[in-house]
Amino acid sequence: MSNSFFGPLDPAPDAGWVEAPPRKGFFTDTSVCIGCKACEVACKEWNAIPDDGMNFLGSSYDNTGALGASTWRHVAFIEQSKPLGTQDAGFAGTAAGPAATDVLNRAADSALTGDRSRLGTDTNAVDLGMPKVELPGADGAGRADFRWLMESDVCKHCTHAACLDVCPTGSLFRTEFGTVVVQDDICNGCGYCVPACPFGVIDRRIGEKGVTKNVGIAQKCTLCYDRIGDGLQPACATACPTQSIQYGDVDELRERAQKRVETLQAAGVHDAKLYGHDADDGIGGLGAFFLLLDEPEVYGLPPDPIVTTKDLPAMWRKAGLAAVTLLAGAVAVFTAGGS
Amino acid sequence: MVPDATFTSYYGRPVVKAAPWEKDIPAYLFLGGLAGGSSLMSAGADLSGRPGLRRVGRLGALVGISASMFALVHDLGRPDRFHHMLRVAKPTSPMSVGTWILTAYGPAAGLAGAAELRPLLPARLRDGLAGKLLGLAARPAGLGAALLAPAVASYTAVLLSDTATPTWHEAHNELPFVFVGSASAAAGGLGMALAPLSESGPAQRLAVGGALLELAAEHKMERSMGLTAEPLHQGRAGQLMQLSKTLTAFGALTAALLGRRSRAAAVVAGTALVTGSACTRFGIFEAGQDSARDPKYTVVPQRERLNARASAGGT
Amino acid sequence: MAECHPVGFQWVMEAKARGAKVIHIDPRFTRTSAVADTHVPLRAGSDIAFLGGIVKYILDNEKYFREYVVAYTNAATLVGEDFVDSEDLGGLFSGYDEEKASYDQSSWAYERADEAAAAGDREGSGKGNGAQDGGHAEGHAFGSGGPGLDSHEVQRDETLQHPRTVFQVLKRHYARYTPEMVEEVCGVSRAQFLEVCEAVTANSGRERTTCWVYSVGWTHHSVGVQYIRGSAIIQLLLGNMGRPGGGILALRGHASIQGSTDIPTLFNLLPGYLPMPKAGEDESFGAYLDTIRSTEQKGFWTNADAYTVSLLKAWWGEHATAENGYAFDYLPRISGDHSTYQTVLDMNDGKIEGYFLLGQNPAVGSAHGRLQRLGMAQLKWLVVRDLNMIESATFWKDGPEIATGEMKTEEIGTEVFFFPAAAHTEKSGTFTQTQRMLQWHHKAVEPEGDRRSELEFFHLVGQKIRAKLADSTLERDRPIQHLTWDYPVDEHGEPSAEAVLQEVNGRYVSGEKAGRPLSGFAELKADGSTACGCWIYSGVYADGVNQSARRKPGREQSWVAPDWGWAWPMNRRQLYNRASADPDGKPWSERKAYVWWDEDQAKWVGHDVPDFQVGKAPSYRPEPGATGPDALAGDDPFIMQADGKGWLYAPSGLLDGPMPVHYEPAESPVRNPMYEQQGNPTREVFKRKDNLQNPSAGEAGSEVFPYVFTTYRLTEHHTAGGMSRWLPYLSELQPEFFCEVSPEHARERGLEHLGWATIVTARTAIEARVLVTDRVVPLTVGGKVIHQVGLPYHWGVGGGGAIVSGDSANDLFGLSLDANVHIQESKVASCDIVPGRRPTGPELLQFVEAYRSRAGITVETGNTRHTAQEGSP
Repeated sequence: MSNSFFGPLDPAPDAGWVEAPPRKGFFTDTSVCIGCKACEVACKEWNAIPDDGMNFLGSSYDNTGALGASTWRHVAFIEQSKPLGTQDAGFAGTAAGPAATDVLNRAADSALTGDRSRLGTDTNAVDLGMPKVELPGADGAGRADFRWLMESDVCKHCTHAACLDVCPTGSLFRTEFGTVVVQDDICNGCGYCVPACPFGVIDRRIGEKGVTKNVGIAQKCTLCYDRIGDGLQPACATACPTQSIQYGDVDELRERAQKRVETLQAAGVHDAKLYGHDADDGIGGLGAFFLLLDEPEVYGLPPDPIVTTKDLPAMWRKAGLAAVTLLAGAVAVFTAGGS
Repeated sequence: MVPDATFTSYYGRPVVKAAPWEKDIPAYLFLGGLAGGSSLMSAGADLSGRPGLRRVGRLGALVGISASMFALVHDLGRPDRFHHMLRVAKPTSPMSVGTWILTAYGPAAGLAGAAELRPLLPARLRDGLAGKLLGLAARPAGLGAALLAPAVASYTAVLLSDTATPTWHEAHNELPFVFVGSASAAAGGLGMALAPLSESGPAQRLAVGGALLELAAEHKMERSMGLTAEPLHQGRAGQLMQLSKTLTAFGALTAALLGRRSRAAAVVAGTALVTGSACTRFGIFEAGQDSARDPKYTVVPQRERLNARASAGGT
Repeated sequence: MAECHPVGFQWVMEAKARGAKVIHIDPRFTRTSAVADTHVPLRAGSDIAFLGGIVKYILDNEKYFREYVVAYTNAATLVGEDFVDSEDLGGLFSGYDEEKASYDQSSWAYERADEAAAAGDREGSGKGNGAQDGGHAEGHAFGSGGPGLDSHEVQRDETLQHPRTVFQVLKRHYARYTPEMVEEVCGVSRAQFLEVCEAVTANSGRERTTCWVYSVGWTHHSVGVQYIRGSAIIQLLLGNMGRPGGGILALRGHASIQGSTDIPTLFNLLPGYLPMPKAGEDESFGAYLDTIRSTEQKGFWTNADAYTVSLLKAWWGEHATAENGYAFDYLPRISGDHSTYQTVLDMNDGKIEGYFLLGQNPAVGSAHGRLQRLGMAQLKWLVVRDLNMIESATFWKDGPEIATGEMKTEEIGTEVFFFPAAAHTEKSGTFTQTQRMLQWHHKAVEPEGDRRSELEFFHLVGQKIRAKLADSTLERDRPIQHLTWDYPVDEHGEPSAEAVLQEVNGRYVSGEKAGRPLSGFAELKADGSTACGCWIYSGVYADGVNQSARRKPGREQSWVAPDWGWAWPMNRRQLYNRASADPDGKPWSERKAYVWWDEDQAKWVGHDVPDFQVGKAPSYRPEPGATGPDALAGDDPFIMQADGKGWLYAPSGLLDGPMPVHYEPAESPVRNPMYEQQGNPTREVFKRKDNLQNPSAGEAGSEVFPYVFTTYRLTEHHTAGGMSRWLPYLSELQPEFFCEVSPEHARERGLEHLGWATIVTARTAIEARVLVTDRVVPLTVGGKVIHQVGLPYHWGVGGGGAIVSGDSANDLFGLSLDANVHIQESKVASCDIVPGRRPTGPELLQFVEAYRSRAGITVETGNTRHTAQEGSP
């Protein structure tokens, strides 16, 4: 039982598929993402997902915010005062002062934290302080280094998928391609998969019943289960103009990703690193993994996720012990004498 | 306290999602615990000849489980599909396990509770075949419910812990003990408050013991959780947890010192313990939700784990 | 490019993956910059100085491709003695007419081999009329080739030493475009500028080529044509024209914008860049043809008679005969400037009754939105055909002027007819993209409801008009009665787009091949035996096959992919590709081999269709006195040019000078650091109360508008939003109008991130949410910090059913046009920006009026074209 909760394995055979095809997944190479959001739109078109609200977030060019029930691809935009390999941002020698990124990020933080509705629509205005008298950048503290990172996030189709494990109805299931899919007609909206996901991917759709599709049930990326079975690529990968989103056999993608990261390293992009490619990680490797140019948390990804069910056997043991304790206590209070 | 950690995040947005659950779920946690503890108490009372305490316990379990089931279904995104829970039995899903526990426990506790209402029935019904069968079934049902009750009281801890919600997950070693302690305290409190003083000795002991277990387990839990314990001390969750501890400690003390001497004191102690138990569940629920909404509690412990591994020579 | 052309940008990424260096020159750090090797932030409107600096660097450091330059460009050609450069006239060239604010171009001409007649009286020279009388039409009438020349018999000095060679003229002209000057004008550091120069020159030559890509960031200027000329000079000097990986790529704003200039929606062009005849000038066919080309010049324009006759045969069929001059008189004549903006002004003056808007939303997408809306409110009728109920169809009830009280719905007499249009998925046809490639798209679904294709709409309009005029005996109705209008329709009433394409391709109308499709424009005859709707497209239906519908995958053919779609002319994927081989016909290098002369076969061969007479040997030299294609030597690659050479210096044709000069934008807070002349002295200005201009540096009140703003598109939206703001999936991605400002600018003006800002010009004030971003940087220009405000222009006020709306950035612009092409300056102007939302209702007018009076604006403000004192010729 423990291996099914943790460690490397091929998920489709593990789930009982006989003669399963090779595991399918995504390799998202953020180093070539141009932030066009074609993936977001293609995904919504194909899957007939409702819009997710007209919210101006001011998080760089990201007005989507996060993955959710009605956002299965999310392009993150990060403006940073760091160099990107040997790129010349062109800000050296201009009248640019220090970066405002940190101030703006903090602002977004205060605007959004604690808001259950996921996206603060009523984002607060941010004052950057009093006008400076001296010429900006005159003190030499200008933002010479700059880079703009973009990343198209998606469901990870985990080897050990907590959402699937905790689903009490069997709505979430493992496909023959090793992916994880919700059956819309089974899910009863218990919502348990939502906090179970270590990446904050899946969510219960809110909206007006009878108007919006699938209100009240859990929704997420299906890796276009209704396309890949017919030999098509997922909609997002098809729409991606720069091959930032690559679809294919996970084994082959992992090799490709390894080569790509080596190429980038050799080209001086020392920040390039893979995320979620390692079958020995806390998830057993991701079906959809990434090449990132900064730490995962910068992109809103957990730096070291471990599937919650890794600890489930221990949890059951503790719960059993607690139950026994309770039973014993109850027996004791009646047998300990007294009225 | 853990010092304020510096960390990076994506515009301060959560990494993991808070559960889409409203007040129904902490209410369910509390009521389920109350029901479980009550079933145990009533079974003991039944076997030890304490009909008053038995009645309070069985009725408490009946009300508790009914209300908790209502809350559970009410919280579903598609309540009409409640029965889909019964399609599968999955040990990997605490909710599935819980569903089956409740499926077994609910009718038993319900039957036992219903039997206590038999005297209120019109004579024709009460003395008819159904009524008689109800009377006969009461004890087996009550004992059956009692056997399942510890699971009812403890599985909810796993339900919360088996998530990526930092505060819930990091509590997984101690949370079952907190919950069974809390369930005992609530049930014992209920018994003290409502059962005749003459019969409430076991209730008092259950209450005090449960309260002590809860407080001790909570103490250990908070020590072991690191940064993720922080939400238990902040905001509304912090207030609820503080109130919970105060009420539980006060209730336990009052119960221990005055619980058998004064009817009024028993009621005060019992009420304090029941309320304290509710506060525990709401507090832990809220703290978990807070921990999910703030990326700090997801990122910092994971980052520390990575750094520790790196400095240990790993990658 | 990544912002507005993400699909095409995949090839840039592909090139980058293969080692290409990508440089992005843009005021803002955009999605393109994010993946470029280098981003160069420069001041909007300073590109000519930047490009000029590169030219100087190339010349000074002898980085030019000498062999190419000598053989293939006009570098060695001598300019006449009368020419005086802008160096010596404070920023003006010789021939400036103060009164007309235009040039007499005769002094720019080449020195003729038979010298005496050098200074010419030829067409084009001296024809530039002032905007006020609306006469500039020449500028973009030259299409795919250059303007005519009197003669190709020119003087050349291939040592390039003669002081009047174009090469030496160029050297003197660019002498002041130093790195220091670039820094001062553009705000680009010398170090970074030199990095660009080194990259461009290191990646040019025999083994390597560099490509320039631009879009409306270059064309929407009062000097837009000269921006392109600037890069053309660089590319010719570096030998990057007509060679693989070289060239200048113009990215267009929509699908098939190229197609709509090839088969034009422009008032002064006929299909295939034949000019529209002009009233009073082109009364005879012969006179008309003489305006297209001189019979003494080289190149393929000398066959314009065959192209025109075939066009007339396509349109009027049997009614076009040799006897009636092939119905040349049926063609309408233009009587002046009928370009978009002149027409809008005419609307405002009550001179226009009706107007068709087809997939265009001028209330949002055109400069000076208020003038557009006020103009449309003066029409009797307006037809709007669009996918959605755009702002231009609803301005009369919910436009901004209704809110301010300037217009009242009940007082507007315009009758608006809205026709829902079929989308491209609902009709068949071609798209012509920027590579001149036609790609056929097939109808995927039938249009729903009342939606109809443009083709069906106009086919029906034509039928109805013809029915009404069927019995007319008036001479003026003959052109309509005799028009060929016989397209087959399908069961839904949709005319066959393929039949139209066949007409465009052309066919033999007499002789033994009668009825057969033409295989290319070389088969066109001036004797009425061929009909062809657009000569440059001839061949698209060669062999009776829709060549544009070919879709052979790239992996199944050569890297040039000639079997995917069809490119004009004659399926050539790269124009002027004779230049990819050296004068002897050998590839410049193996790496860059493209087409070459094969001695054994005695013809040009290679990867692409040679853009040259296929059997003409490199050694061919024309007989003295030869004209037309026969006059092209075996080493004259620029076959549409009147002298067969690439023009470093344009001896005629451009209204604002033979070489680019840095002028400040029409509205600029910066005094021209390079010349006394502040702005383009030939720009079209309109001194009207409804078109007030901000004062520029050097004028009183310029400090009221201290900032520069520029407009642009976001990936998430399409132009004026008609195709995106009605779609939830696109609207949610960019739901609100915003302005992008630097943190420094935000501090200076107290702007709050995610708060509101009001942006003001002499025209109006608009409000936008504030996006403070490190991606925008202030630049130091002439020792002064210049802040630039970025405004995406996708939003509008009103419209029926738009999911998102907001103020329109284009409302801020006034009208100042590039005289060559009548294109508005809408990529740069000056403004003020203040925190908070704008006033609403009549208070908005008072708010703007207060600005005007503070700046002392009158109709004269900003409209003085000639500011160089020493510039009087």
